[in-house]
Amino acid sequence: MAARAKSGTRRASAAKSGSKPKSPAAAKSRAPAKKSSRGSPATDFSQDQELEAYREMLLIRRFEEKAGQMYGMGLIGGFCHLYIGQEAVVVGMQMVAKDGDQVITGYRDHGHMLACGMDPKGVMAELTGRRGGYSKGKGGSMHMFSVEKGFFGGHGIVGGQVSLGTGLAFANKYRGNDNISFTYFGDGASNQGQVYESFNMAKLWKLPVIYVIENNKYGMGTSISRSSATTDLSHRGASFDIPGEQVDGMDVRAVHAAGDKAAAWCREGNGPYILEMLTYRYRGHSMSDPAKYRSKEEVQKMRQEHDPIEQVKARLLEAHATDEDALKDIDRKVRSIVNEAAEFAQTDPEPDPSELWTDILR
Amino acid sequence: MAVMTYIDASRQAVAEEMRRDPMVWAVGEDLGRGGVFGQYKGLVDEFGPDRISDAPISESCIMGAAVGAAMTGTRPIVEMRFSDFALCAVDELVNQAAKARYMFGGQTRVPLVVREPIGMWRSSAAQHSQSLEAWYAHIPGLVVAVPSTPADNRALLKAAIRCDDPVVFMEHKNLWALGGDVPDGDDVAEFGKARAVREGKDLTIVSWSAAVHTATEAATTLAGEGIEAEVLDLRTLWPWDKDAVLASVERTGRLLVVQEAVSVAGFGAEVAATVAENLHPALKAPVKRLGAPRIPISYAPVLEDQVRITADAIAAAARGLVKT
Repeated sequence: MAARAKSGTRRASAAKSGSKPKSPAAAKSRAPAKKSSRGSPATDFSQDQELEAYREMLLIRRFEEKAGQMYGMGLIGGFCHLYIGQEAVVVGMQMVAKDGDQVITGYRDHGHMLACGMDPKGVMAELTGRRGGYSKGKGGSMHMFSVEKGFFGGHGIVGGQVSLGTGLAFANKYRGNDNISFTYFGDGASNQGQVYESFNMAKLWKLPVIYVIENNKYGMGTSISRSSATTDLSHRGASFDIPGEQVDGMDVRAVHAAGDKAAAWCREGNGPYILEMLTYRYRGHSMSDPAKYRSKEEVQKMRQEHDPIEQVKARLLEAHATDEDALKDIDRKVRSIVNEAAEFAQTDPEPDPSELWTDILR
Repeated sequence: MAVMTYIDASRQAVAEEMRRDPMVWAVGEDLGRGGVFGQYKGLVDEFGPDRISDAPISESCIMGAAVGAAMTGTRPIVEMRFSDFALCAVDELVNQAAKARYMFGGQTRVPLVVREPIGMWRSSAAQHSQSLEAWYAHIPGLVVAVPSTPADNRALLKAAIRCDDPVVFMEHKNLWALGGDVPDGDDVAEFGKARAVREGKDLTIVSWSAAVHTATEAATTLAGEGIEAEVLDLRTLWPWDKDAVLASVERTGRLLVVQEAVSVAGFGAEVAATVAENLHPALKAPVKRLGAPRIPISYAPVLEDQVRITADAIAAAARGLVKT
């Protein structure tokens, strides 16, 4: 499937093998890392950066809205977890990623795939279970992968990707490159045990991994205050001496600034870093969740006061005096990409029954 | 041909594969000091701590990190020490490693070897003695290898390291010191090919891992009584050599499956059912399984011995089948 051409964000490429392994175990311990601090200040974006962020976030927003509609029409089945509201997190982080870096996340993964530069048609066609989908209809919403774009899934077991992401970082160290594993998980997953095994190993071996905790305040239907003994998740690495900070995950500039700092830390060989992104999902946990565990007012307040896309739009119009028509042009282009993806996802044929027996040792 | 022990054969396989391919590395607890049984003895001297990597006691993360590293094209050998301990990492093995290739439509492979020794030795009790091979044979996406000889431990382990799919490699703890002939050169096994340990016309005994040796001992006793038992060693449980088993039982008309594992829902049930489904008219006696009772393994030798399948029990079962 053809990748959509996209300017600005860095492309991940397939990891290369062959370089001399570096020692994970023999790395000398450095001076203790800084303790958790709150908030990298949001630094100003250039107009180009604002436009890039606007375009990328809007693509995710419109894609997810379309996926929601198609789910309602019965074109998408099973589990479908929308990223609406959280767009600034992955978009800001991808703006600091470089070629060869890896991204891995859980099941709320559509936004990550689009931000990695995966083809919206291939993603949407997987949602509808068609043969042109990234996993040929065998994975669905939660399970897509692209070696070419450095996206390592798409995982359905809460927290299961955290140790895998740690292993991606191990492979970077083994090969002696300066790439980073961007390992995303949510506030819910942060209470899973393997997360702490991963923290210990990543710090012990100085692995280049940024643990991006997307704290959207609800693990399924349970609020963080009802599920977590401590709610400042940036401190969760404290007993392993992993630096962490809380970030306004609704402000793409703050995400970018924190990501930049964390990436530099990792690329210099200092080991892991934790970024807790304070964010919010506007929709339920999945399409089958009416989200009755929170008030309409709470959601309304976030949308009105903190929406990541509206923030960028306001700055573009005011601070950068961007022509409104230029933004409308972006809106039109994004809608057209999404409509094309939706069209493809409905007309592409279903998998051939023989597909059942491929991609496995029998 | 050289004579070596089961454990040395495995060590040689790892060393040769690591020399051949710089992307092969091993990770687990205490590997630097040679591993809990000495399977990695001396390897850190040759390959260094980067490739013979000592991990914290964190099975879940060892397995998960290895899966991630395998997805990028490195070829980790994960040492879990005991199949019992590997249960801490079942999510990573069953939900991640086994599923990734298929679930992602072939976009990735997981070239991973998980070494998890099985079986009873002496007085290791309920949490260090289990034979859990059937669990993994049940999972699509996994290869399950159960070597019984030094030659197979070398040849199957080499095949496992070169395999692009995850392999659950289950050595038997009681076989480490077993000596035997090992072919020279680059002997790499083919998965799914059974080995005829012994030929015979009166019944077929199907077995794997350490139980193969008990079955062979019983067959020798039976031969003294004029009963010729054919003994087949499956070597891998997935893929398994259905053709060889069916061909043998078609000739002998009688099947006895011998396994050390709990018989209930064990892999012997799969073998027995397959034979019953395919060869019913050719059978001269009902299919028969021998395995452990569904009970945790005890510490006291007198209790532990009660769940062992002995050569006497195998011979008695065989006599019963031949009389039928």
